Amino acid sequence: MDIPYTVQPREDTGLFNAKVGIWLFLASEVMLFGALFSSYILLRIGSPDWLYGEAKHLNIPIGTFNTAVLITSSITMVMAWASLKLRQFDKYKLYLGLTVLLGLVFMVVKGFEYRDKFQHGLFPATHTFYAIYFTLTGLHALHVLGGMAMNAYLWGPGSKMWRTEPERLTNRVEVSGLFWHFVDLVWIFLFPVLYLL
Amino acid sequence: METHDAAVFKRHIRQYIGVFVALLVATVLTVAVSYVHFGAEDSHVGNVTVALIIATVKAALVAGFFMHLVAEKRSIHTMLATTGVFFVALIALTVFAFYDSPGSHDALKGGRVATEAVAHGH
Repeated sequence: MDIPYTVQPREDTGLFNAKVGIWLFLASEVMLFGALFSSYILLRIGSPDWLYGEAKHLNIPIGTFNTAVLITSSITMVMAWASLKLRQFDKYKLYLGLTVLLGLVFMVVKGFEYRDKFQHGLFPATHTFYAIYFTLTGLHALHVLGGMAMNAYLWGPGSKMWRTEPERLTNRVEVSGLFWHFVDLVWIFLFPVLYLL
Repeated sequence: METHDAAVFKRHIRQYIGVFVALLVATVLTVAVSYVHFGAEDSHVGNVTVALIIATVKAALVAGFFMHLVAEKRSIHTMLATTGVFFVALIALTVFAFYDSPGSHDALKGGRVATEAVAHGH
């Protein structure tokens, strides 16, 4: 039996089912990160010795670079989807491939940042700031990894669907893109909150 | 000849590029303003407010254009508005609970004194 409403919109919602599903999932993600952001606020206003500025030992140029990397990956993601809409499969492969690569660049840079912290003896248990820093950035990095896995599948074996069900693949890429943009959106708040304030 | 859909998507692509440039500029702006102190000398409220305003504008650009919320169905808008209410309630309840607990103001005052002592090397 075929899964219904993968391409055609449902009469009551006016949307294909996966789009409703991903938005519901993203709503739950807002609450997940919301809980951690409220923890950050509570820890910050309640801490007698919160770390500010250089005392955090966070590298602002590297954080800025990673922000630019994720923003760039967001536009390549949306261009991958737009390429499918324009029936340009080669461009789709190029843009989605770039999106996965940019995700990898973000993770490698984050890995170097983590290594630098550990080498300087800065661990989650070192200070309340580092506890919430590693929790927030760690959870975010897991989301980046999840998004990369999904996009890598849609770039590789999943792209075969273009030959049989092009509209369905386009919708899958749109849903994957919504998740990827959400990951970018979370980082847009994490960067100033953790690195700059 | 170009189809109507193709022309529409090409217009969208120009929009995406515009949003991309705006996001990069806003990122540079976020970093630049972090080196300027806003508000009272011993307070971070001004800088937090400015940084969160810029971040909110960036997030609105991503959600509005890259996630197509500007042209999305009403059911999605309703779902997100509900989420927004719960998100604000979650943050507000946490902060209210903190300031409502006995002695939280004294603890905060003591914290500031301790932080200043560290900053001045005492």
